[in-house]
Amino acid sequence: MDAEPQEAQRLATEARDRVRFEEDALALSDQVYRVARHLASSREDADELMQETYARAFRSWRSFTPGTNMRAWLLRILTNLNIDRGRRQQRAPQMQPLEANDYFLYDKLAENGDGVTDEEQVVERLSQDDIVTALSEVPHDFRDVLVLVDLGDFSYADAAQILDIPVGTVMSRLHRGRRILKRELAESALEEAT
Amino acid sequence: MMDPCAHCEQMMQPYLDHVLTDEEKEQAELHLAECVDCQRRYRFEESLRIYVRKAVTEEMPAELRQKLAALRIPLE
Repeated sequence: MDAEPQEAQRLATEARDRVRFEEDALALSDQVYRVARHLASSREDADELMQETYARAFRSWRSFTPGTNMRAWLLRILTNLNIDRGRRQQRAPQMQPLEANDYFLYDKLAENGDGVTDEEQVVERLSQDDIVTALSEVPHDFRDVLVLVDLGDFSYADAAQILDIPVGTVMSRLHRGRRILKRELAESALEEAT
Repeated sequence: MMDPCAHCEQMMQPYLDHVLTDEEKEQAELHLAECVDCQRRYRFEESLRIYVRKAVTEEMPAELRQKLAALRIPLE
C-alpha cells in the first residue's frame, strides 16, 4: 500500500477515536460535576474547574487508556488542577478535637426529638442548607475523600488513585471526614434547638 | 472483652461500605439481630448517607454543558 493512503487512513482512525473520546467524556460531565461541585469551594470555582479539566482532557486525550475508568481519569485531572490553583494552604490536615463517637449525631437528634425515634424522621430534622453548609465546613483533605466515596461512589482504591494517596489514608480520612460532618450537623441542629 | 455495642460501632462504617469480610459481617449481624439500639443507629447512619447525598446533589447548569461542548477540538 502507498504511504499516502496509509497516512490518510491513520489520520481518519485517529479523528474517529478522538471524537468518540470527546463524546464519552462529555456524556460523563453530569456525574463529574456532582463531585466537582463539592471538591471546589464555590459554584463559580466548580464551573471554572470543569472547563479547565475538559480543556486539558481534550488536549491530552491520547494519554487516556481505552477500557479504563474515564470518570476516575477526569477526576484525577480535576483534583490536580484544584491543588494547582493553590486552593490548599496546608497539605497536612489540621488535627481537631476528636468528634465524640459515631453515634453522637443520632443521639443528639433523637434527644431533641419529642420522642420521635424513627430514623428517617430523625434525619429529616436536618435542613438541606445545614447539610450543604456542614459539608463545606469539612476541611479539604477529609472532604475530598468523603465527596469521592460518598457522593461519587468511587471505591477506596479509585479514590486513592485519584488523590494519589495510600488506600489506608483514604480509609482514615473518610472515617474522620464523616465524623467531622456529623459533628458539624450536630452543632447546627443544636443551635436550631436553642 | 470489648463491649459488644462498642465493637458494633467500630464495624458500622465498613459494614455500610460493604468492605467487611463475611465473618465480620456475620458477627455484626448477630449483634444487630439482638440489639435494638445498634439497629436504630445503623439505620440512622444509612438514612443519613442517603439524605446527605440528596441534599447536596446539584445538577450541572445548562450553560456549563454548552461551554464544555464548545471546548472540543475541531476536526481539521
